[in-house]
Amino acid sequence: MAENMSVVINVNGAGRAVSVEPRKTLADAIREDLGLTGTHLGCEHGVCGACTILLDGEVVRSCLMLAVQADGAEITTIEGIADGDDLHPMQSAFSEYHGLQCGFCTPGMILAGIDVVSRNPDPSPQEIREEMGGNICRCTGYQKIVESVQAAAAVMSAEGGSA
Amino acid sequence: MKPAVFDYSAPESIAEALDLLAEHGSGAKVLAGGQSLVPMLNFRLARPAHLIDVNGVDSLSYISANGSLRIGAMTRLTAIGESGDVAGAHPVIPAAVAQIGHRAIRNRGTIGGSVAHNDPAAELPAVLMALDAEVTARSVDGERVIGMQDLIEDRLFETTLGDTELLTEIRIPAAAAGSTFGFQEFARRHGDFALAGVAAVITTDGSTITQAALGAFGGTHATRLPTAEAALVGAETGDAAFAAAGAGAAADFPATSDVHGTAEYRSHLINVLTVRALNDAAGQAGGGNG
Repeated sequence: MAENMSVVINVNGAGRAVSVEPRKTLADAIREDLGLTGTHLGCEHGVCGACTILLDGEVVRSCLMLAVQADGAEITTIEGIADGDDLHPMQSAFSEYHGLQCGFCTPGMILAGIDVVSRNPDPSPQEIREEMGGNICRCTGYQKIVESVQAAAAVMSAEGGSA
Repeated sequence: MKPAVFDYSAPESIAEALDLLAEHGSGAKVLAGGQSLVPMLNFRLARPAHLIDVNGVDSLSYISANGSLRIGAMTRLTAIGESGDVAGAHPVIPAAVAQIGHRAIRNRGTIGGSVAHNDPAAELPAVLMALDAEVTARSVDGERVIGMQDLIEDRLFETTLGDTELLTEIRIPAAAAGSTFGFQEFARRHGDFALAGVAAVITTDGSTITQAALGAFGGTHATRLPTAEAALVGAETGDAAFAAAGAGAAADFPATSDVHGTAEYRSHLINVLTVRALNDAAGQAGGGNG
């Protein structure tokens, strides 16, 4: 085994130090070392989008990065977007518009949806489908996900477009 | 899925990276954006003894449009796709970048990584071939400039870069005045690897085509389409020349069969896509550069 490396990651607003093998993916470190199991792992090779997080504000696949590469970075996971018990508008919309069934893809969908709206405050259904084509859902047929993102976009825009 | 064990280095300068490459050579692999290499590590299709992560080498990330367009190897695809300098110099590049994976992939993926990885289904090697781009490769022994065709030859998932060389820059000569482009690819779903695709850049003198450069991907390797180009140069723009070029493209294209489609189907695709790309390019003529 290669020696562990010390890494400090700002996770959802709080600095966290972890000691990881260089070969550990960021996704595994988030789940196993940081204990944040909301980030899901579907394919582990960058196809399904379930492990989507924000890295320094930009969407990335956490399965396609090593944890050691996130040293000094800020990451946002699904656990970091609600304000206490007040859900993020994207979370509320997914609940209200039935944007999920089994929920496995949902953390990635929500972070990808937030990213879409942060760049395009009023996305059309077609734009949402194109932008979120990298997030795979095996339950919903996507219709309700698109409706959820549209509904969240309206709320987020009314609130000033903050992600 | 977990990568096999490797030693990890994160140099912060090109010189440091070159020293590491000199030391570890063929046992080392350079980690750029990781959007192809990390899946290969996860699957253990790649098991390098040493990983040299150049994400911390800030001097490899830049876009400079002063005469020729120069792009640092570690420049992210999102930055390239959104760059006004790139769009102004070679609008075919952002058109191609938009088709690469999804936003999350483009936020990490780099131009140098795409070129050095040389996936035969990747857009950029073929586009850069059509643009007569060159790359700079550096090692502790010095620097050399390699044309895209000499870099790729007929290789896939490897290039003519040496084990101790680092791809540092992509240099693209200025476009001919009035050149226009078309970019077409066919994928089962947006963001998937294309079954076939083509970038076409043409220059016309009135209605006569004076220059034509076509690069194709989705075959066994990225390639120019010389028969198609020959059918275009000197011809009048229009259906007859474009049909001849489409047929030429199908003849040139190194089509292969796999689970996603037969070679025959892919050859048909490249024919159709070439005609569409040329119509797109012709449609821009008179509208300025791009």
